[in-house]
Amino acid sequence: MKLKYDLVIIGGGPAGLAVALEARRNTVKDILLLERDKYLGGILPQCIHNGFGIQYFKEELTGPEYAERFITKLKDCQIDVKTETMVIKITPDKRIIAINRDDGLLHIQAKAVVLAMGCRERTREAIAISGSRPAGIFTAGTAQRYINIEGYMPGREVVVLGSGDIGMIMARRMTLEGARVKAVLEIMPFSTGLIRNKVQCLDDFNIPLKFNHTITRIEGRKRVERVTVAQVDKNLQAIPGTEEEISCDTILLSVGLIPENELTREVGIELDPVTRGPIVNENRETEIEGIFACGNVLHVHDLADFVTEEGEIVGRAVGEYLKRSRKFRSQPIKIVPGDNIAYVVPQHIDFLVPGRKKIKIFMRVKKPAERIRINLLDDKGRVLGSYKKRIVTPGEMVSVYLPEVLLDDKLKNITISVKRD
Amino acid sequence: MKQNKIICVSCPIGCRMTIQSKDGKITSIIGNACSKGIKYAEEEFINPLRILPTTVKVIGGELPLVSVKTEKAIPKKLLLEAMAEIAEIEVKAPVKIGQVIKDDLMGTGVSLIATRHIKRADSNLFSYKILK
Amino acid sequence: MKTDVVIIGGGVIGTAIARELSRFNINIILIEKEDDVAMGTSKGNSGIIHAGYNDDFKTLKGELNIKSNPKFDKLCADLKILFKRIGSLVIGFSEEDFRKLKELKENGEKNGIKNLEIIRAPKLFELEPNLNPQAKYALYAPSAGIISPYKFTIALADNAVINGVKVLLETEAKDIRIEEKQVCGVVTNRGLIETRVIINAAGLYADQVAKTVGDSFKISPLKGEYHLFDKQWGNLVNHILFPTPTKLSKGILVTPTVHGNLLIGPNSCRVKEKDDLATTKAGKQEVYAGARKLIPHLPHQDLINSFAGLRADIEGRDDFIIEASKKIRGFINVAGIESPGLSSVPAIAEMVSGILKEVVKEISPQLELNYKDDFVETLVEQPKFADYLDKIGKWQEMVEKDADYGEIICRCEKVSKGEMLRAIHQPLPARSLDAIKRRVRAGMGRCQGGFCSPKVLKILSEELKISPLKITKKGLGSEILKTKTKDMIKETGVKFKDEVKV
Repeated sequence: MKLKYDLVIIGGGPAGLAVALEARRNTVKDILLLERDKYLGGILPQCIHNGFGIQYFKEELTGPEYAERFITKLKDCQIDVKTETMVIKITPDKRIIAINRDDGLLHIQAKAVVLAMGCRERTREAIAISGSRPAGIFTAGTAQRYINIEGYMPGREVVVLGSGDIGMIMARRMTLEGARVKAVLEIMPFSTGLIRNKVQCLDDFNIPLKFNHTITRIEGRKRVERVTVAQVDKNLQAIPGTEEEISCDTILLSVGLIPENELTREVGIELDPVTRGPIVNENRETEIEGIFACGNVLHVHDLADFVTEEGEIVGRAVGEYLKRSRKFRSQPIKIVPGDNIAYVVPQHIDFLVPGRKKIKIFMRVKKPAERIRINLLDDKGRVLGSYKKRIVTPGEMVSVYLPEVLLDDKLKNITISVKRD
Repeated sequence: MKQNKIICVSCPIGCRMTIQSKDGKITSIIGNACSKGIKYAEEEFINPLRILPTTVKVIGGELPLVSVKTEKAIPKKLLLEAMAEIAEIEVKAPVKIGQVIKDDLMGTGVSLIATRHIKRADSNLFSYKILK
Repeated sequence: MKTDVVIIGGGVIGTAIARELSRFNINIILIEKEDDVAMGTSKGNSGIIHAGYNDDFKTLKGELNIKSNPKFDKLCADLKILFKRIGSLVIGFSEEDFRKLKELKENGEKNGIKNLEIIRAPKLFELEPNLNPQAKYALYAPSAGIISPYKFTIALADNAVINGVKVLLETEAKDIRIEEKQVCGVVTNRGLIETRVIINAAGLYADQVAKTVGDSFKISPLKGEYHLFDKQWGNLVNHILFPTPTKLSKGILVTPTVHGNLLIGPNSCRVKEKDDLATTKAGKQEVYAGARKLIPHLPHQDLINSFAGLRADIEGRDDFIIEASKKIRGFINVAGIESPGLSSVPAIAEMVSGILKEVVKEISPQLELNYKDDFVETLVEQPKFADYLDKIGKWQEMVEKDADYGEIICRCEKVSKGEMLRAIHQPLPARSLDAIKRRVRAGMGRCQGGFCSPKVLKILSEELKISPLKITKKGLGSEILKTKTKDMIKETGVKFKDEVKV
């Protein structure tokens, strides 16, 4: 089947949904949303906990409720949706090959493409935990899917590795459903998750959280039987003599998310080695004009609200792209991560936008810090802008507004650094 | 005199506070950076409340469970018992978002509501325009 | 139960023997203690088909490797599995290495291997641009190749079953019944199988099986750990790279796999337990260090999987044991099949077929070993979506015939539901997540089943008509799920309430 669309969006999670709605609002006509799962919403339908929408809707919603706000609007918008459809390939000239049961192969020519494929979870194998390979080892998201969507409990006695939000939320979820969570282990000296989750998921249930700890060995022939945990030094290496065994039948891994950019790589788009997502301009457009990226596929977000915000940036940008109403700067301005900045998005500013007053730059810090300033420096090291922040942690995305007035024609780089106040 | 240590969750700073109390009444709160901390400490001391998000069994639905939540926060100490009570509930599809699954959960006066739609298993799943 | 021949062990050796013997008009039962074939050494090795210059032709290791090597093209074409004759390079860094390479070349030429060549820079670096710049020499053997050892085993088993072999899984040999120094049956956990011929291909446990008839050799497992990288890195090397071998082993190699991943390993470590497949920190360091000697710039992320395999090393003996027992009639030992075991499979099977003829003459002169005239030599081609990406238009026919081929379940390895259903209905059906994984690769990619395993589990449950709670990773005891959501809290209730102190 051959199809033609103005905009094809790959991924029907919060990013894709936001792009679709905002593009429609910006007069983009023919829009197709492709989703590999049976339902729209991406990961949100299984995130049955609270904490979504505080920024965007000024209400506190659960994941499914947040998703529903957008899915409902989609139904009224005459946006074409194909679920249970897997995109196999994208070409630089924006041809998309996808496949599903009903249509078989779909060859779609798009004028603009948005990559919104989200991310995958880092696996036990990727971090090479020693030991055997029994049943009972799950990434937290897969366990969440089993419990909340498929309707099955994957374990009775659990050890959680990783104190990010998903690890802590799953510790509570499993406890509430009758499992016993024996410990949450965190290799760093701090958690990347919200304090609220530490309190309401772990402290409330007396689940011990051990910083500077990791699992060094998994034992069990057919099913997990126990893990060996140890304290780690500042190089994250296990300290001999600190080993303890914890008996359990289940290990939940919450050890990081990786943007799912296999399609992106295959079309030849360069990825940022730190974000592991495409390098983009302020419209979240990749190096191929008309191919955009947003949401977790671009960089791992902490709040779905920011994913929606980013989706709306892209929705508007697609409209401008299709209208051919964009003006490029004579040279792009690169935004460079400096001291204690792990990465910045967008990585460069490409456009002249009359009337634009400021550009929101997102970043994550490498190490937590309090009472600091985020400094923007030009090529010569002069401070262009400085923003006070009470507290910054790697677990939370930080943003600053880059004033348009600072964007001089001759400016090549802006370096963003964290400095003590 | 008793001392309770708590972490405030009102904002990302996470002030570590110490509540001193005698005979069940707060005598002092220290460690907060703002008044939100005081309010939080008082609530946590007297009657900590939590929203309970969970799932309920569905009969005849496109999925075996519907995600639910308590409309308001309920006493923290009732959470596990509430889970046991909720485990006995079965709701028939279709379920609408916002639908009351059980009112007066555990005698708290708080309702348990659905947080998503669940269609009947035999219904046509697609309600958006699907290209032929 | 009664049969003509029982083969103990469903590894690549047992299944190859089963297939070979199924050319005869006899009844064969293969018993395997795990829930699938290829569960032992056959799934934990380098997947290399060696050229055959390492061993002396006068040994079985030498002779059978040399005989087998040319047979792989036809055999793999018949079994519809991939075999890539990419060639191997044994890398030398010094004069001493050079002498050893020359010895290997001479030995290989004595064995009849053609086109062996000692290569130097610059040709060496043209062949392998990422090779350690300190490398000076290499022995190039164009006839070496790579294969998937478990796919090979499964294909052999499927073909054996098509040709009448009964494969009994989760069936373990407990004892051998002997009457008047003649085998008369094998006692298993599922009962007695009467037979007058037993072929002991029990891998790591072959010594324990042999002991019951009085044959004594001792198997002492040697563990080798491996690490597998993402397909992005599959062309970091173009050939199988070996270091110059020592007396102990062929060393830690770097090779592409037949599916396009990059594989490094194995080290060699004596272990006590025959089921000790744990990967270790020390092993990882050793493997990485060894691999870096050949390819200094190994990927620092994109590790897909780490695993270990055990080699059935026979104490005090340096060669395969492939012979009829001298103690008891009707008992054939095929033991100690470590490297180059995989490379010697076709010739081992043929040799055992010859031994069987002699044994039969001895014990049952009335039993005629006639060749079947309806032996099915080949397996039917099983189209895989992942192979059609360059000719994707052709897959449309598959989807039109059967919509299940349009439903992609495993995103990372691009596997359709149709292929999974096929695997569940093979002559030797897949019944567990790992069995599906070995047959269609679902779960072998970047996300290691994070996305697809709930779907695969559901498909297995629906197709096998058993509860999802009974679906296992690798047989009884490895069930993935414990209870339905809500049933666990009903069981445990608020038992934890006091402990949890909400």
